[in-house]
Amino acid sequence: MGLNKIFKIRTVALLVLAMTLALNISVQAQTEDTSAAPTAPIDNTQPADAVTSPGALDTAATPTTSTLIDTSVPERPAPAAQEAESAPVWRSAWYHILLFLVACIFIGIIGKVLRVYELSREMQGKPGALNWNKIQGGLFLVMLILGLAATYWTYDVWGGMSMNEAASVHGERIDFMMAITIAITTLVFVLTHILLFGFSFKYKGSSHRKAYFYPHNNALERLWTIIPAIVLTILVLLGFFTWRSITNVSEEDQKKALSVEVVGEQFKWTIRYAGSDNALGLRNYKLTTPSNSLGIDFKDSKSWDDKIAGEIVLPVNRPVRFTIGSKDILHSFYIPDFRVQMNAVPGMPTYFQFTPKYTTEEMREKTSNPKFNYVLLCNKICGAGHYNMQSNVRVVTEKEYNEWLAEQALFYNDDMKKQFPMVSVKPEIESLAVNQ
Amino acid sequence: MSNTTISHTSLEATGHHGHDDAHLHHNESFLTKYIFSQDHKMIAKQFLITGIIMAVIGMVLSILFRIQLAWPDKTFPILETFLGKFAEGGRIKEDFYLALVTIHGTIMVFFVLTTGLSGTFSNLLIPLQIGARDMASPFLNMLSYWLFFVSSVIMVGSFFVESGPASAGWTIYPPLSALPKAIPGSGMGMNLWLISMVLFIASSLMGSLNYISTVLNMRTKGMDMWKMPLTVWAFFLTAVLGVLSFPVLVAAVVLLIFDRSFGTSFYLSDIVLQGQILPNEGGSPILFQHLFWFLGHPEVYIIILPAFGITSEVISTNTRKPIFGYHAMVYSLIGIVILSMIVWGHHMFVTGMNPFLGGVFMITTLIIAVPSAVKVFNYLATLWRGNIRFTPAMLFAIGLVSFFISGGLTGIFLGNASLDINLHDTYFIVAHFHLVMGSAAICGMLAGVYHWFPKMFGRMMDDKLGYLHFWLTFIGAYLVFFPMHFMGLDGVPRRYYAFTEFEFMQEWLTVNEFITWAAIIAALGQVAFLWNFFNSIFNGKPATQNPWKSNTMEWTTPVERLHGNWPGEIPSVYRWPYDYSKPGHHDDYISQIVPFSETMSSNLPHDFEGNPEAERIQRDWELQNAKSKAEENV
Repeated sequence: MGLNKIFKIRTVALLVLAMTLALNISVQAQTEDTSAAPTAPIDNTQPADAVTSPGALDTAATPTTSTLIDTSVPERPAPAAQEAESAPVWRSAWYHILLFLVACIFIGIIGKVLRVYELSREMQGKPGALNWNKIQGGLFLVMLILGLAATYWTYDVWGGMSMNEAASVHGERIDFMMAITIAITTLVFVLTHILLFGFSFKYKGSSHRKAYFYPHNNALERLWTIIPAIVLTILVLLGFFTWRSITNVSEEDQKKALSVEVVGEQFKWTIRYAGSDNALGLRNYKLTTPSNSLGIDFKDSKSWDDKIAGEIVLPVNRPVRFTIGSKDILHSFYIPDFRVQMNAVPGMPTYFQFTPKYTTEEMREKTSNPKFNYVLLCNKICGAGHYNMQSNVRVVTEKEYNEWLAEQALFYNDDMKKQFPMVSVKPEIESLAVNQ
Repeated sequence: MSNTTISHTSLEATGHHGHDDAHLHHNESFLTKYIFSQDHKMIAKQFLITGIIMAVIGMVLSILFRIQLAWPDKTFPILETFLGKFAEGGRIKEDFYLALVTIHGTIMVFFVLTTGLSGTFSNLLIPLQIGARDMASPFLNMLSYWLFFVSSVIMVGSFFVESGPASAGWTIYPPLSALPKAIPGSGMGMNLWLISMVLFIASSLMGSLNYISTVLNMRTKGMDMWKMPLTVWAFFLTAVLGVLSFPVLVAAVVLLIFDRSFGTSFYLSDIVLQGQILPNEGGSPILFQHLFWFLGHPEVYIIILPAFGITSEVISTNTRKPIFGYHAMVYSLIGIVILSMIVWGHHMFVTGMNPFLGGVFMITTLIIAVPSAVKVFNYLATLWRGNIRFTPAMLFAIGLVSFFISGGLTGIFLGNASLDINLHDTYFIVAHFHLVMGSAAICGMLAGVYHWFPKMFGRMMDDKLGYLHFWLTFIGAYLVFFPMHFMGLDGVPRRYYAFTEFEFMQEWLTVNEFITWAAIIAALGQVAFLWNFFNSIFNGKPATQNPWKSNTMEWTTPVERLHGNWPGEIPSVYRWPYDYSKPGHHDDYISQIVPFSETMSSNLPHDFEGNPEAERIQRDWELQNAKSKAEENV
């Protein structure tokens, strides 16, 4: 019964395979050599069938082969003609499907061989042809060794690719935490996997043995509740204080920092420097116009010395406080080298303060990559252009920074003054204008 | 064989029939038996097969976007043949890439791992393992499946909408998801997503309420809570968690529907979209994130807890050992459930939430690692000195433990707010959750399928194909997700259509190609499962009543799967479900329905705690036994 059923399945599989083969070859023949088309396919399919039929191992396959040739020959011209047009598209698809089917048949044959072997052993009265428990247990041991080797390799190669020194002051503390966490977790990963796969290998089943009845051991359970708890407490405390030291900046320090604003929109960043007063002018999204794309409120005198820049340029070793905003949807202000990230939320300014440690030039030397650049990415899904929403970031010496800043023009220039005349309503502004 | 199954459509009949062994033949139509079935076992199968189909769809979507990531500058004309304008010129478009990612996530998280897993195994196992004839409300149960089915159809149907399916990520953060102008997927596709999700949650709630009331009210005689298998504990606690957290997602979704369609401003404020000033003021996108993750975090435990339950059962059965620390396992489940409700903020460390709050969430998050660690160590202790029988189910259970360790450990990075600054939304998090809730939970689900297939279909699956399936899946999943950690550490963001625009990502292009090949091979490996599963339904070797020599009650029901489960009276339960290899007993398992009076030789003092009468009887028997033995020796 079982055998019969299996053969039926294989017949179906064989039929599918042969049909695919026939179609594929005819299509190939059509495209490659149209003149030879009428004869070539028939010549090709027959040997192909001959190749597959031994795989069936049994007489059951023979009728299949014959019916196949009967049915597929008259059918061939029609699909071939239809597919001649889309042939290049389909050819590689058919090729891969065919490859897969061959692999399936191959696996099926292996399964069959194993089954025949097992049955024959059984008929000879020899017990347990293949001890699958032993095989699987052994595979776990192999897996353990290969897995640990592979883990080492990935840590070595890919780890090397991904580990770059942080280029900011707080980044050092993050990297320190990261190192501790990697050390602890890797240790636990390796130990638990040695136990998991080792036990699987060592205690693989056998009919001669009974398992050890061991329902619980309170001391042991307490032990492995308390140890993780202690380790985690250490990590929590370290992490908590690191986090607070990064995010909880005193107001005094906030004032000392250079104030820069970045505003995200689909799919670019706008950068605004606070100017000589180091205070950003207010914004109101309702004031947004094509020329005043940030909606800066020019009634606020702090906005007059603000400068819009095409890139982020930062002086090295000086704290900088970014005010992060968004015009439309969520974005995320992310500079991996500084270990800096904060979402840009419409309607709610967010902040991140940090101190760059190395200039771009220094980083180029450190990484021995002359093309190195800090880069600002968007790291919150924001639409079609999300994968390319970037801005260049340059860290320079204080002197270079000052020179660069001086070159940048004021945003509230004469043109803008004409466009936004409401400014002149205020008396102090009039006097200022007179002075000029 | 299954033709002899006798089923009853009416509820009353279910309650009363079966006390006699002679079955009444109700002629059931195809419709009432297979489609609008109220039998929990049939509903479980409906959930499972729908879940498998959804999983295949989700997998195909993932292969599509993996192809894009591996070969960003190649064209595949065949894609255009199938996807039309979504892949013009044979390259997947940016918007559609995001749609693929979004729907892949949604399908896998909700439709496969939540309902495919809980829906299948809670339905199948709760009544069978606690000794009930059916669920508390079979009709509600049927409704739960059909709402799920409709919601699946709507979700998949969104691919046939002109503007494409939802594409704001599976977390659908507004304003992106609220503004159709921001991305085409936020048009009709998003409406369908939201409708589908509301139906899905309704389905999930009906299911959960049913599971809870069944577990609490319908246990057979002797089955007190501390005699329940860990599977039932896990399903029960999962249902509790679902009931507490899913309604919050409905609230979030309904408010989003209001924002989208009725001009409210719950999540919107100060928006200038492509030069157009929107009138919305006063809303907050952060509010949505709080509401979403209030469900979203418990959700990952809703996914992993049933997988834990299944694994506990499978590991214990196949090591022929009691699960180590049964009580600790239950308490750690409860601990995880409680803690999972107060950790949602760790998804929002850098979203602009008050940083102090982030610090608090970080503490609660790392605490949750303790009960998780206890579970892992208990699994390891269960394996120790076992007599491990490697069925495919057992292999997948070991796979779950491995994936859970690997994925759980990276959770320690992400739960740490200061490390999360640099890892948030990178490939590191992709690697983390695909291991810990994707691969681990799928392993749990597959372990369950292999283990309870005989109970569902009365036939066995093929072991050797199961082995092949396991090794392809296990190695494949590691090859796919392990390299992603390193990409994340380097700062490569997730949901990027291509890595071509940034200098520092170039070095990862080859790794991407490697990952895609691994994913394709692992995906093809699933064909072994699909073939095995569907072929075995019809052609598998007929199963015996208790093929795994298991203790739990479902294996005391006949192979024929009656409506009402047991032909006669429901058996009473006398012992916990893990009396495997008990010393003194002739066999290496004792079913839960075997009374202690039949196993005098193996009873332990611990078995009678608090029952002096039983202890006395046992002592007397032991004395007598010792005497008779002594006499024999003489």
